[in-house]
Amino acid sequence: MTAEQIIFLIVGAVTLLSAVLVVTVRDLVHAALWLVATLFGVAIVYTLLNAGFLAVVQVVVYIGAIAILFIFAVMLTRRQTAADTGAALNKNWWAGALMSVLTFAGLAYLLQSWSGFSKQASAIPSGFDAINELGGALTSPAGYVLPFEVASVLLLAALVGAVYLAFNKK
Amino acid sequence: MNFWNDPLKVAADWLTGIFVGWGMNDIFAHVLVVFLGIFVLIMILMVIDIFLVWIERKVVARFQDRIGPNRLGPYGLIQPFADIIKLMIKEDTTPDGADKVVYNLAPMLSMMSVLILWAVVPLAPVMLGVDLNAGVLFIIAAGSIGTLSIIMAGWSSNNKFSVIGAFRQVAVMISFEVPMLAVMLIPTIFSGSMGMNTIIQSQNIWYVFLSPLAALIFIIAAIAELGRAPFDLAEGESELVSGYNIEYSGMKFGMFYAGELLHAFTFGGFWGILFFGGYRFFGLEQVSPFLAIAIILFKALLGYWIIMWVKYTVMRIRIDQMLAFNWKFLTPVAFVLVMVTALMNAILRDAGSWLYVSGMMLSNVVVAWVSLEVVRAAGKKQRVQVEGVKQAAEAHH
Repeated sequence: MTAEQIIFLIVGAVTLLSAVLVVTVRDLVHAALWLVATLFGVAIVYTLLNAGFLAVVQVVVYIGAIAILFIFAVMLTRRQTAADTGAALNKNWWAGALMSVLTFAGLAYLLQSWSGFSKQASAIPSGFDAINELGGALTSPAGYVLPFEVASVLLLAALVGAVYLAFNKK
Repeated sequence: MNFWNDPLKVAADWLTGIFVGWGMNDIFAHVLVVFLGIFVLIMILMVIDIFLVWIERKVVARFQDRIGPNRLGPYGLIQPFADIIKLMIKEDTTPDGADKVVYNLAPMLSMMSVLILWAVVPLAPVMLGVDLNAGVLFIIAAGSIGTLSIIMAGWSSNNKFSVIGAFRQVAVMISFEVPMLAVMLIPTIFSGSMGMNTIIQSQNIWYVFLSPLAALIFIIAAIAELGRAPFDLAEGESELVSGYNIEYSGMKFGMFYAGELLHAFTFGGFWGILFFGGYRFFGLEQVSPFLAIAIILFKALLGYWIIMWVKYTVMRIRIDQMLAFNWKFLTPVAFVLVMVTALMNAILRDAGSWLYVSGMMLSNVVVAWVSLEVVRAAGKKQRVQVEGVKQAAEAHH
């Protein structure tokens, strides 16, 4: 086993454990903090895959913006009330567990039937700049400029919608 | 290759040789040397941090026409060590009903979010942690860990004041991240890279001359990010006592405090790196890496001094003023500036360097002038409105 594999196994185990804790801990703020740990684990997996840019973006967007806003919203509502003492899981927990097992099995089957599944990743050529390649692919007509622009328009629409909802009509 | 040209590599090779000589695995020796390097860097930073306490106290004393610490040692230099001993032997209190794990984790994360920034700081052409090609984003990512630590500290203390302080601080931090990230794209446009070392290497002309407005917006956003005056409304000792760190005592408080000082110093350094050529100073950095380190530390201290200068000169502003200033002025200006800079860069890319610099500078001046005129017009309109209301009220009486 190489050092990279050992690191991956540790990070994967920690990420999965924190992901389970997100849905099982009582305290909502603790759940949000475990979510931060999960997202951080995913960022480390990106780093192991040589996708440093994606890892940093993961931290900026998911931890810096989304998780912080989650915690903000939870903190604004309450700290601890009697409502927190009920059962942690509702009656549908087995359906959720079944769905996640099925999803995992489906993904595993799909990946396993892919030819690149058992191959060793080829080494990255020296002087290869992942950000330049990504930027080029996102803005060149031969690449992904159309999906990129569609996503931008979608986000703009969401932004306009949010402003409209929050706008104080006088 | 000798020690004076590339001290880091020579020292690392020497140590790896020793470890391998002891019969250690090659990879393990390499990892151990890297760990030792990180350890030494953190040690040096913490020692600098100790003296930053002294610098801060001395400078604020001068701004307030006092002498500052002057009892222990020459110029009071031993004072910070006495402070550290005091912080260490203080009672370590934990408030009732505090969330213990989160409460103890927060100061560590706060310190970590600052130390992690130094991973991308190039100290000399050959001395740097990693030349991350997403270095600019990395600064923002580390900042978001700092935000997390503050919200954790505020929430886990089980104290109303600390929660309010954390709310304010986080509101400031997530707002000012936006213009900061926008203006950090401007050195990226000039150099064509997000890596700190490439940005420094391509600064044959300091970027502050190409984009003075971006440098100004960066330092304003950095001061807000640090939660220093005029944006220290999270601390607000007259209303909130001390903000998010109110319940912390002893060394845990010390970690927040030292973290803040080191953060200010670090952002002074980033200001120097992004806009003032980093370790470059008329070719002096080529003479010796040690000279380059001295230059970058000097620039960082200068930036730190300017941050202190602002802190001890201006007054605290209210949170609504702060948010309005950011969202209605700083963010639009930063976005317009990025767009104008990108456009000018596309137009002037093949022009001579003098034309390029003057064109960039001129576009900056125009953007600054137009935005100030817009603000002035809006202010005048508001004033007329308010005065109209006043006159109407007077006529009513």
